[in-house]
Formats: sequence, C-alpha cells, structure tokens
Amino acid sequence: MAAAISRDEVAHLARLSRLAVTDAELNTFAGQLDVILQAVARVGEVAAADIPPTSHSVPLTNVLREDVEEPCLTQEEALSGAPDAQDGRFRVPRILEEEA
Amino acid sequence: MSLTRKSAAELGALIASGEVSSVEVTRAHLDRIATVEDKVHAFLHVDSDGALAAAAAVDARLAAGDKPGPLAGVPVAVKDVLTTKGVPTTAGSKILEGWRPPYDATIVRRLRDAGLVILGKTNMDEFAMGSSTEYSAYGPTFNPWDLSRIPGGSGGGSAASLVAYEAPLAIGTDTGGSIRQPGAVTGTVGAKPTYGGTSRYGLIAFSSSLDTPGPCARTVLDAALLHAVIAGHDPHDSTSIPAPVPPVVEAARQGAAGDLTGLRIGLVREFAGEGAEPGVAAAVREGIEALVKLGAEVVEVSCPHFTYALPAYYLIAPSECSSNLARFDGVRYGLRVGDDGTRSLEEVMSLTREAGFGPEVKRRIIIGTYALSSGYYEAYYGQAQKVRTLITRDFTNAFEQVDVLVAPTTPFVAFPVGARTSDPYQMYLADLFTIPSNLYGGPAISVPCGLSEGLPVGLQVMAPTMADDRMYRVAAALESAVPPPVPPDL
Repeated sequence: MAAAISRDEVAHLARLSRLAVTDAELNTFAGQLDVILQAVARVGEVAAADIPPTSHSVPLTNVLREDVEEPCLTQEEALSGAPDAQDGRFRVPRILEEEA
Repeated sequence: MSLTRKSAAELGALIASGEVSSVEVTRAHLDRIATVEDKVHAFLHVDSDGALAAAAAVDARLAAGDKPGPLAGVPVAVKDVLTTKGVPTTAGSKILEGWRPPYDATIVRRLRDAGLVILGKTNMDEFAMGSSTEYSAYGPTFNPWDLSRIPGGSGGGSAASLVAYEAPLAIGTDTGGSIRQPGAVTGTVGAKPTYGGTSRYGLIAFSSSLDTPGPCARTVLDAALLHAVIAGHDPHDSTSIPAPVPPVVEAARQGAAGDLTGLRIGLVREFAGEGAEPGVAAAVREGIEALVKLGAEVVEVSCPHFTYALPAYYLIAPSECSSNLARFDGVRYGLRVGDDGTRSLEEVMSLTREAGFGPEVKRRIIIGTYALSSGYYEAYYGQAQKVRTLITRDFTNAFEQVDVLVAPTTPFVAFPVGARTSDPYQMYLADLFTIPSNLYGGPAISVPCGLSEGLPVGLQVMAPTMADDRMYRVAAALESAVPPPVPPDL
C-alpha cells in the first residue's frame, strides 16, 4: 500500500506543531505515523454523508453564570510557575526581528 | 488484620468510631509505601508531611464533632494529572517538572472537604496518553501481580498503588480507558463516570470532549463511596452536568445482595470475534454465567459501528490533544529551553516542546495537526465526529433492548514491560473495548473477573448516560459471586 504520509510531510507537520524534531525522530515517526494513519483512515469506510457530527456528548450550549465577582489568582500566584518574569509580567524571548 | 489490607469503607467506619485515628491509618500507608515503592514505582511524589498534617486536621475535626462523611480520614492517591495546590504536578511529563500549581482541581478540593487524606501523586503515561504507564517521562510503574509486567495505563500508578496496598483509594482519569484498563490488569475496580458527571476543572487537558475523572478502588462499594465524594455539578466546568449525582452508593449496596432478577444484559455481537485472547474471553464468559445465576437475562445486541470506535477515537483524541497541548509554550509555566538571548520566541518554543515532550505525545500532536489540517479535516476529523454520532446511536438503540452492556475490559492480560512500545498501534489495541463508552459519554466500570494465566481479567459493565448507579449495582452483584483475586505478596 502507498504510504499515507511521507517523511517530508511529517517534518512539515512538526514545524506547524512547534516541535524541533531530530532527523532520527523523523525517521522513526514517519513509519509509525504511516501505520497509525492507515489504520485510522478506516473511518472513511462508513457511509456517513448525511450524519451530523458529534463534538461533545453533553448537550449544553451557552453555559452562563451570574455576573458576580469571585476570588481569583493573585498576580504573584499567576506568575509563580513562569520560567521567567519581570515587573509582574511574563518575560518572553524577542518576538520581532531586530532592526538592521 | 493490617490497616493497609482493609477496605476504605472499613477504615472510614473505624476512624468515625474512634477505634483508630486518621494519623494511624495514614502512617500505616506511608510505611507501606516506604517498604514496597522501590519495586512498584506507583508514585511520582509522596507528600508525607502534607498527608500527616491533613490526617491530624481530620482527627481534630472529628474530635470536635464535625462529620465530613463516610470516608473522612481515609487516605487516597491522586493521579498526577490533577492539580494540587503547592504539591508538584507533572502529568508524567518533563515539560512540567517541578511545577507547583497555584490552585486545587475541583475534585481535589472535594476530597479535602470530605476529609480524605492525599498521600501523593501517582505515575501515569505522559499527559495520560498510553495504555501501560511506560510513556511516563519518569519511568514505568510495575504490576504487583508480576513485577516484569505493566500495570495498564494511563493510570497505572493509581491502580498499582491499590493492589500494592499503598493506598485504599485512588483517583484516575479515563479518556479512552485509562481508569478501566489499569483496573482490569491489576485486579481492581475502576469506574468511568458519565462524561460531565465529574468536574474537569484542574484536570490537565488531553482530549476535552472525552476526559473523565473517576474512582479507583479494591471493592465496588469503595469505588461508589469515592464516586459520591467527587461527582456533581461544578460551575467551573462548562461541560459539567447540572443534575443530581445518581445514587451510586445505594446501588452498590443493593447489588451486593446478589439479586439481578429481571435485569437484561446485552452482549455486543460485533465484539464477539474481536481480539480478546482466549483466556480473557473464557473468564468473561464465566462472569456472565455468574450474572445469569443471579437472575440476569442475556440478550445479544448489534452495535455495528463499534468496529470503527478505535479509528474514530485515534483521530478525535489526537486532534483535541494537538490543540490542548499548544498551551505548553515555555511562557507561563513549566520548562523553557534555549532562551540564550539569540533565539526568537518561536525557536525557543520549538526547542522547549522538543525537549519537554516524549515520543508518544509528539506522535499524537503530529497526527492531530494532520487530521485538523486543511484538505484532510473532512476526511479525518470531520468523518470521525460523524462516526461518533453513529456509535452514540448504537448505544441508544442497544439500551432500548437491554439495561446494561457487558464485555471484556481489555483484550489481553498485563503484558511484559517493553512488549508494545516499539509499535504504537499495538498499544492502541488495549483500548478496543473501552473506547466506545468514551465516545458515547455513558458510564462504564471494570470489575475483577477471575484470572487468566495467573493474571487478573476485568469484566466491563456499560450503562446509559447518567445511569451510573445501574453499573454499580451489576458490578457489586458480580463481585459478590466472583470474589476479587488476592495478589501475591510483594
């Protein structure tokens, strides 16, 4: 059977997923993911064109609560697990390219 | 009899009557953990100081006349996927190593309010993805029945802690079978409540439309008692069902009387030829015969789409996981790798996730990203959601003919450590019989049902949505007829 997914496609998906996978991982994953995708593709055998999708088993919509204040985390608590914080905020690596 | 061999119901009664203190019971379990944990590795974190302080506080509450409930003072182990304020919570992943959550999960809060004493956090497959606990980033848990074998997964630590007598009760979470399959292969009881019957607030999300916390115990009554503590509507979870908790404890007591006259049990025709190894099929057949002797009637039913439950699940769950796990970005909590001042946020994010996630989590993120990507969405994720509708209809039709469905919990007994890790799809097959209830949302329980090749087999009882009491009644009846197997001494 033709491969459902190529090594290049796995590399592309890893980039989209923000995973800096190694070449060795790509070699392993490509074969494994191909086996998995061939197996799960069996859902396509079911005639379901007119069947509505189910995203969720609980039929609740627009769950609201009373508009009252409730206690929440303090700024200190919210930052307590951060890898890096500064001036009461999460500190992140640069997002924009530096100007030349 | 040693305190660690007693059921939670017995311990609760002894503590309530003042015969023993919660501190004594807690100390006995901590001593047992210290003795056997080297062999079992059920825990990722043992909170001795916190447990003893909580036990002393419960003893004081009881002395002051407070009556927090039938499990007050009884120890419990909690799967490491639920947040515990100030106590390390990793979900079995390196990406959360050392994280101490700033809040308690609703379920953890309810345990504390009911006077239960949290012993520690149990080992699990990373982010609850797996069926053997071998995908934990902190090493596997070993099955006390045979230390060369797996205890099931993802909640292998919770199940193993029970059968090693390290804890009388444990909390698990079940997305595709992660409470029931470990229960089956360790000879313990594991119940997946109705989806929405137990709160997901503070449960580190894997697949939000499927994740269901639930009780693990050595007896059906203990599981029901724990279920009653943790279940019920939670305004912090928008998928929590605003309805009373089904009378699970009463049902377990009623079932223990051993009378199932008039109950109709469904056997799924499509499961008959599928994958259960002969010893498992034989033990389950004997279990069903025992139910018939108690008065139940067996009816064969057809659920034609159950054959597609496994493929549908392994598209839906990875899709939701790829979205949920996007939050692990090295910014707000957990690991950050490669932030040396020269790299961009995106590079740091990719390096962090590469270093922090294990292989199974990466595989599922990639599959989910694929199934949700433009051009494949309809054929994979969209089609899987339609199959989910058809599986739900199969259940609805079946429950017009019968009261419960029964099946093996898992196709095979505990397998040797390492047997299935190189072929991920072989690992997925462990969930063959548990997944349908997750896609439907109804409750299901695994009860010990004899041995095959000297290893425990589980029988699964599936019930309609919000009929959790019904599954406890049948499970307790089976337990009264087929006593749970006693594990070997460690």
